[in-house]
Amino acid sequence: MKRRAALVMAVAMLVGCQREQRDLRLDPPVAAALDQVAPTANGIGGAPPDVYVALGGPYESNAYNLGEGKRLYTWFNCKGCHADGGGASGPALMDGWWRYGADPVSLFVSLRDGRPNGMPAYRDKLTTEQIWQLVGYVQTIGMASATTAAPSRNDEMQSRPAENRAPAAADLPTPPSR
Amino acid sequence: MRLRHLIVSVLLPLAAGGCAGSQSALDPQGPNAASLAWLIGAFTIVCGIVWLLVMIVVGVALLRRRGAAEPADTPLAEDPGRERRKGAVVLAAVLATVVIVTGLTVISYLATHSLTAASGEPLVVRLRGYQWWWEVTYTSPSPDRFVTSANEIRVPVGRPVRLELSAADVIHSFWVPSLAGKQDLIPGRDNQLTFTAERPGIYRAQCAEFCGVQHARMALVVVALPPDEFAAWLDGQLRDAATPANEEEAAGREVASGKACAACHTIRGTPAAGTLGPDLTHVASRQTIAAGTLPTTRGSLAAWIADPQGVKPGNKMPMVPLSADELRAVSAYMASLK
Amino acid sequence: MTGIPHDLRDTEVDRDTVERRLAETWRTRRGFWGAIATVDHKIIGRRYIVTAFVFLLLGGVLGLLMRWQLATPEGRALGPDLYNQVFTMHGANMMFLFAVPVMEAMAVYLVPLMVGTRNIAFPRLNAFSYWIYLAGGLLLWVAFALDMGPDIGWFGYVPLSGPQYAPGKRADIWAQMITFTEIAALAVAVEIVVTVFKQRAPGMTLDRIPLFVWAMLVTSFIVMLAMPAIMVGSTSLILDRLVGTHFFNPAEGGDVLLWQHLFWFFGHPEVYIIFLPATGMISSMLPAFVRRPVFGYLALVLSMVTIGILSFGLWVHHMFTTGLPRLGESFFTASSMAIAVPAGVQIFCWIATLWDGRPVFRTPFLFILAFFFTFVLGGMTGVMVASVPLDTQVHDTYFVVAHFHYVLIGGAVFPLLGAVYYWYPKIVGRMMSERLGRWVAGLIFVGFNLAFFPMHILGLQGMPRRVYTYQADLPWGPLNMFVSLSSLMLAAGFLLFFIDAVRSARSGPPAGDNPWDSPSLEWATTSPPPPYNFARIPVVTGPSPLWENRDELPVASGLRLDRREIVITSVADAVPEARESSPRDSLWPFWAALTTSVLLIGSIFSPWAVVWGSIPVAIALIGWFWPKGTPEDEA
Repeated sequence: MKRRAALVMAVAMLVGCQREQRDLRLDPPVAAALDQVAPTANGIGGAPPDVYVALGGPYESNAYNLGEGKRLYTWFNCKGCHADGGGASGPALMDGWWRYGADPVSLFVSLRDGRPNGMPAYRDKLTTEQIWQLVGYVQTIGMASATTAAPSRNDEMQSRPAENRAPAAADLPTPPSR
Repeated sequence: MRLRHLIVSVLLPLAAGGCAGSQSALDPQGPNAASLAWLIGAFTIVCGIVWLLVMIVVGVALLRRRGAAEPADTPLAEDPGRERRKGAVVLAAVLATVVIVTGLTVISYLATHSLTAASGEPLVVRLRGYQWWWEVTYTSPSPDRFVTSANEIRVPVGRPVRLELSAADVIHSFWVPSLAGKQDLIPGRDNQLTFTAERPGIYRAQCAEFCGVQHARMALVVVALPPDEFAAWLDGQLRDAATPANEEEAAGREVASGKACAACHTIRGTPAAGTLGPDLTHVASRQTIAAGTLPTTRGSLAAWIADPQGVKPGNKMPMVPLSADELRAVSAYMASLK
Repeated sequence: MTGIPHDLRDTEVDRDTVERRLAETWRTRRGFWGAIATVDHKIIGRRYIVTAFVFLLLGGVLGLLMRWQLATPEGRALGPDLYNQVFTMHGANMMFLFAVPVMEAMAVYLVPLMVGTRNIAFPRLNAFSYWIYLAGGLLLWVAFALDMGPDIGWFGYVPLSGPQYAPGKRADIWAQMITFTEIAALAVAVEIVVTVFKQRAPGMTLDRIPLFVWAMLVTSFIVMLAMPAIMVGSTSLILDRLVGTHFFNPAEGGDVLLWQHLFWFFGHPEVYIIFLPATGMISSMLPAFVRRPVFGYLALVLSMVTIGILSFGLWVHHMFTTGLPRLGESFFTASSMAIAVPAGVQIFCWIATLWDGRPVFRTPFLFILAFFFTFVLGGMTGVMVASVPLDTQVHDTYFVVAHFHYVLIGGAVFPLLGAVYYWYPKIVGRMMSERLGRWVAGLIFVGFNLAFFPMHILGLQGMPRRVYTYQADLPWGPLNMFVSLSSLMLAAGFLLFFIDAVRSARSGPPAGDNPWDSPSLEWATTSPPPPYNFARIPVVTGPSPLWENRDELPVASGLRLDRREIVITSVADAVPEARESSPRDSLWPFWAALTTSVLLIGSIFSPWAVVWGSIPVAIALIGWFWPKGTPEDEA
């Protein structure tokens, strides 16, 4: 009984720490290592850097990093092209299947190196950490079911439900097979 | 008026000594702050006297010799006449309280009134609070003479300055105690604050409303200049950034416009045109960098650029990986942007 | 139970039998579940008090951490993120988990004894209140231990606490912790009002109610009127954050300042929720130490009621720098100054009591004197911050930190510590050490003033609040070091107090029924009181019953012994109206609190928790109120 309670506490602590930790300063060697993704030949999918795995994927489940990603999404005017609901020069990112992949490595490569048909490279505008923060955030606005770490609405005019109110993945049409 | 001088001279030793960049309500350098310092002094003296009187009465009540007429073991024994007299004294004390409180309220109203009586055409400066820095825009009747700067407000001596306060993200509060009381910068609301600097000098100001992780390092300085110096300075600010004087600075300009710097910062006259961070066109002419965190020197600029999260953890400037040469160049260039 | 004849009255048997039967009827069962199920106001009150003091200890440690960080410029003890959590936790913990609950805890224990009844009204609600309070406290502290402690200040201003600028669950934990403590506080407030209005001993007319009870009555009304504002506020905040509503989003028609109005409409009365019980404690303790009844009973009562009313007209003085219309600000200056008048009335009446009294310098009285020195000073700086222009210079600086610690520690904690020394023998049955008590009072009084007085000067020298550090070229270093060192002295005083309290529980000299020769009813029973408080309900003939009836109190009889029964009296004159049953022990309040806690904590993560969580809550409530055909169900 006592041991089980301790176990539950330990798990809760780990989850809690992961989710709420705020690492305000990323060590430069770690930042450099985070840049070492190994995409597949066509640039879609691939292996994340070892350090990313070792850190436990902090950019997808950590509330602070997701919040920073959301800030960068606004600051760097991602909305300008990927407007909610589409209509601008980029896809709307509201659905679940994206041409150049929706997994973290693909997204990282898309952001860092750019993609054909208009997606610019952000290599020289964002740091590696910022790109990872954006990768984490972008995953919460599309197909993703709302996680408890997802950010909520901004203090601005609303054009879509907040990320933590995002529709569950099951509600979306299945992506066409490639 | 003599009383006013007396109070100020009593309070002055408590002040910061009037050194450059002082930030003290007891070191007034303008009419607003002076009348507030006077008010603080007046309240302190009145309240101090009242407090002292109450303490004396408590002390006397405790230590006075008891008459033998009242035996201790009959606590319910009562002398109606004595009770009535005590009632009268309490009533008098209450009335005195009412009078004092009313008097203080009236002084407070009068002070408010004098604070709002401005004279002369004010210089209008827009101050916008960001997490955790200040954007300063000097307005002008002609739009091409607007100047944007950051973390430092220069004002002409003797002319009232009207700050138009707004906030970009959360609530901040502008407080330059040597010149005026504080006023909040609130998202969705417009506030303003008018003050006049009477003497040339440098007055430190600081954010006074908790605004997040780096609330402690959100300061700025108000620099009061003689009017002609101010006009000359403002003309200088209208110019584009200084052109590099040597190869190192030129290399620095390349770094600043090619690397992530340009995504957030504007350096007028170069490709760098980001609007997310402070305008750096004349960054080296300002007293401090990172909102009052470090004095502006080439060394501190390098330290800041090399590791902003080490200097001011949690601020929005990322650590951009630069080689040693790049860092040297870009800090030399920044230091040249007078 | 078959041995007890039905409808056995205390008139029919001798005193020994009465006490035996009553003890059987009112006792709390032994064992773990017995302790969980108890509804005895004394056991719950004791728990409440101990828990609140544990939170005081924890909050004090946080205070020391802050002083460690601020002792030197550019301190490196805590980082900015941790410092922000620590100062938020310190404020929220002290206000919501210590100051308000401890005052209500004292009332839960003392009010039924002081009005001469056998249990508090709605005793099961009382048990529920404690469990909810405990759950809220655990929520906050466990979150802090998990690095999820709120970092938005105890006031949680939007937009900083809102959805955009406070990622994660830190702000939600803060907001929901408030819900817990408010539910607990509202429950106690209702109990106290009903206890005071309907359960007073026969003859305890309105002008014979002990002043602490009056204070708690006024406080309870303030609680009931003020707490809903903060619950509306914190719930709106959670909705904004979790569901995406726009109460505080200016872009969608919300208003940032709305939060501040809601918060301070609660937040300012909150100060009086803490302060009024303390004044009541002083009024109730003073007679024992000056050997006189308090002077100006009516004036004291009226001034408490006046403070209670005025406390709702002051909230804007926390918002003088937000740029509100000047006329409105002027009104709030006047009302904030006006509250000095009723506060002054109380001070003057106490001094008049001292004047003719014969002071007995025991530890509780020393704390009362410390109160005079400190609180009056805090009141003076209160007058200063009430002035709009003056406030623009000192608002959000260390001047205000000094001011409110003077009124809260000087005005509430000093009387509270005195009250602990005073009522400890009643609660525990043993005296605390007089020798240590003098040290405690001395260390705390001197340490407090040395630690907090310099903060006035720091504030005027321009040091803002809530900064995790300051630069070395600012002139604040030496004073901050002095303050930090003095805080160690204050901490030593509190440490000694805790040591004394723990040690005396085992080895203090036995107290006897009335060690201070006090005049009010709680001293008429044994120390500690039996589960039924009074073998026979006392009848009150004056404002100082134990001084007026030195030999024996007149008592009322006719109550049943085979079920828990109390006397219901009329509101104004306390004329007996009815015999009423009082609920027996029950586990349901505990289950209800547990399910409510699950609902509230779940609602931080998903709005659906409110829907699904309400089912177990409903089950627990149905179980709670299900008629069982027991004696208590009889009219």
